[in-house]
Amino acid sequence: MQDPESRAQRMIALCMLGCVLFNFPVLALFNVSESVFGVPVLYAYIFIAWALLIALMAWVAEKRG
Amino acid sequence: MLQGWVIVLTSFAYLGLLFAIAFYADQRADAGRSIIASPYVYSLSLAVYATAWTFYGSVGRAASDGVGFLPIYIGPTLMIALWWVVMRKILRISKQNRITSLADFIASRYGKSALLGGVVTVIAVIGILPYISLQLKAISSSFTIVLQYPQIIMPGKVDAVPVLQDTAFWVALILAAFTIAFGTRHLDAAEHHEGMVAAIAFESLVKLLAFLAVGAFVTFGIYNGFGDLFGRAAGDPKLNAMMTPLDGVAGGYASWVWLTILSMMAIMFLPRQFQVTVIENVNEKHLNKAIWLFPLYMLAINIFVLPIAFGGLLHFPEGTVDADTFVLTLPMSEKQELLALLVFIGGLSAATGMVIVETIALSTMVCNDLVMPVLLRLQRLRLNERSDLTGLLLGIRRGAIVGILLLGYLYFRLAGEAYALVSIGLISFAAVAQFAPVVLGGIFWKGGTRLGALAGLSAGFAVWLYTLLLPALARSDWLPIRFIEDGPFGIALLKPLELFGLTGLDQITHAMIWSMLANIGAYLAVSVWGTRSADEHRQASLFVDVFGQAGEAGGARFWRGTASVPDLYNVLARFLGSAGADSAFNDYAGARGLTWPSDPLIADADFVHFVEVQLAGAIGAASARIMIASVVKEEALTLDEVRAIVDEASQVVAYSHRLEQKSRELEAATTELRAANERLKELDRLKDEFVSTVTHELRTPLTSIRAFSEILREDPNVDAAQRRKFLEIITKETERLTRLINQVLDLSKIESGKADWQELRVDMREVISDTVSAMDQLCQERGIQIETRVPERVPPVSGDVDRIIQVMLNLLSNAVKFCEAGRGRIEIALSERGGRLRVDVRDNGPGISAEDQAIIFDKFRQAGDTLTNKPQGTGLGLHICRHIIAHHGGELWVESRPGAGACFSFTLPIQPADAIVLPAAA
Repeated sequence: MQDPESRAQRMIALCMLGCVLFNFPVLALFNVSESVFGVPVLYAYIFIAWALLIALMAWVAEKRG
Repeated sequence: MLQGWVIVLTSFAYLGLLFAIAFYADQRADAGRSIIASPYVYSLSLAVYATAWTFYGSVGRAASDGVGFLPIYIGPTLMIALWWVVMRKILRISKQNRITSLADFIASRYGKSALLGGVVTVIAVIGILPYISLQLKAISSSFTIVLQYPQIIMPGKVDAVPVLQDTAFWVALILAAFTIAFGTRHLDAAEHHEGMVAAIAFESLVKLLAFLAVGAFVTFGIYNGFGDLFGRAAGDPKLNAMMTPLDGVAGGYASWVWLTILSMMAIMFLPRQFQVTVIENVNEKHLNKAIWLFPLYMLAINIFVLPIAFGGLLHFPEGTVDADTFVLTLPMSEKQELLALLVFIGGLSAATGMVIVETIALSTMVCNDLVMPVLLRLQRLRLNERSDLTGLLLGIRRGAIVGILLLGYLYFRLAGEAYALVSIGLISFAAVAQFAPVVLGGIFWKGGTRLGALAGLSAGFAVWLYTLLLPALARSDWLPIRFIEDGPFGIALLKPLELFGLTGLDQITHAMIWSMLANIGAYLAVSVWGTRSADEHRQASLFVDVFGQAGEAGGARFWRGTASVPDLYNVLARFLGSAGADSAFNDYAGARGLTWPSDPLIADADFVHFVEVQLAGAIGAASARIMIASVVKEEALTLDEVRAIVDEASQVVAYSHRLEQKSRELEAATTELRAANERLKELDRLKDEFVSTVTHELRTPLTSIRAFSEILREDPNVDAAQRRKFLEIITKETERLTRLINQVLDLSKIESGKADWQELRVDMREVISDTVSAMDQLCQERGIQIETRVPERVPPVSGDVDRIIQVMLNLLSNAVKFCEAGRGRIEIALSERGGRLRVDVRDNGPGISAEDQAIIFDKFRQAGDTLTNKPQGTGLGLHICRHIIAHHGGELWVESRPGAGACFSFTLPIQPADAIVLPAAA
């Protein structure tokens, strides 16, 4: 059961999670000159974290109320 | 194949295709089978956010500072997570108030202020000009470049070209014509442009596909996948630094954070985003899908930005090719003509989509919130008397579209050269971010006032002008460059890029800090220290409480006055045409089960409000207010009255809550009453039974008294011994009768609570010894032994000593009665446990069966067969005893087995507070 109120709270929580993931100091941890599968770590991190965040948002938004 | 005519023809064919899509969508909408009523189309239309900036500019930005282009897309992703809270509210407000644009929204929130709407419009138009110039620049330069194929030559300085030979100028004019054809063919009361939305959604698909195609070509065609591409870039000493792009950039993280915040605001408050997200929304539920589909679109269109940027940097010798054109020049340099053409069309899609929606949104604002309020106020024009104004409205909008595009072109000529695409766009972002405080404050905080909003917007906009727009003009030599370098009049503290000596930040971060400080500060300060008018109070309540009682009741309850239906019809017909007015009136009548015009309509508050909202859909809230005021006689509500109505709404909520509670209480009371009634009926039945039992019990001794008296009276020959025996029986029966009557009286006194109880300290040891001595004589006569086991000292209990003795006597006499003469043994024990005294009276009589144990404490119930083997006594004794013990807070019960004697026990609570142990009595 997901009422509008709890969905709103989950969305706000995801926004906060995003603010942490895409900000200092977490970003700085990945700002190193190494690469995973040939892709610089920072670039790989940003796109993977971004995709993860979108997946979570889709999950919260589409879950039947 | 990339000759000039091919490119021009393809471009026009593409625009024609868009037009066909729009036309088809409009046809379908008119037929009631909308093709845009889908969350997927809605999500794609939101992607109008991705413009030429995204298509060409992101690569340019990435080529200079790596990840610097990403906050522009991550910010919106974060903001969209909040849409469930924020955008849902804005959508609801806009639907209820028929909001037509961002300016209308803000004006409507702050008391339908025409002045505020005008200010917002001016800020939006000026603020967006750089952004429109960016699109013109992108289209014209991509066209110029693609024309040079197979050579790759950067376009020359634009100011060297006369206006009439400048591609950008013609692009502006063609786009204006196209937008006019698109967005202002007819006037829609709801400001829905279904055709436009369908075309925009299609363009979003085209630009995404084009970008993915070129990205895949660069990554997998020119290079061997991501690993190869990044590996080579890392090997290049110049590019190696960009693998850790957040190092060493001055204020790297600060600029990242501010860009994120800036784009969070932009996704909400860019006029075109507000248009597609709010105005063109047909169903609130579409938000659920858009919340994740739109961020996914942004992710997809950004995946290949870095590969293309690195590919371009590796591919071209340094400085020969502008990084903003890599998307186009890479396929060209590899002789991929078709791909280059596709890229050109993709870029065209991105730019035209933005220009069309942006100018339509801005032209609506200019018309509804800037021009119309002024025209309507000018009495000389006598606009109020003209019968059909739809032509005028369309004319104003068409003029606004041409004007805005030409102004955009002017900005391009003035300042477009000095900056890269992204930097131009960010100036516009910073301008629309100024709307954030008044809109967000306006929907969550009732305290914001019209003057506060005006002050905040003006202050923020002034700082924006000073720190972003003027420097941009100065860089392009339209203002002396000394203005930037030394500050105005040589005052270093006022240098526009280092205001008040704030250094070490990039230009956008610097401008955002100062403008937001000024904006929010002025908005809060003026609001908090100012006062609100009745209109502002009403609108604040309608907006902030849109999900509550106030929102549902709507604005009608705030209106008082008189109006006539024909007047209202005429005013509506003037702006919507008679067909529009007819259909609106029919809707209104239909909703009330009437038909128009055969049934009379009443021009009450609801109706006037309905007409005003319809009108607001066409000309904006502020203008609609003026028009309605001109045809109806209104009584202005005072601030106190508005407050009272707002309070009333909350009182109604409180009342209904209280009503619900009352009805719940009532239900509970009814249940209780029913139970009470049942109990009363039961008591009534018991009373009848009691009366009949008492009568029966009284008749038995009376019958024997009467029988023996009659014998004595009628037979004088009864001998003396016989006579004596008869008289003894009569005396005994009379005693029994007296006892019975006494007990019945006693019982009724106890049961009705009228008994006289004395509360004294009682020592149970004394009670037991007194009872035993009273019964001593009787026991000796019958040869029954009594044994008492009493502790040395016990705490006293509180109670009526006579009543407790009565209980003891009753139990003891019962025991004596049932014991066999000569062999009887009675044991009395007193003990103390758990704060209670317990008395046991045990006999060795015949015992009591389990069934009898259940009833012996009831009235007139005795063990054994009452008819054949009736024991002596009234059958009230134990019942009274139980009442007495219960009154003292104790319990009375029996334990027995047939043949093994009976043990009657009772407990009494020990007197609490001053429980003094009495000295052992003699």
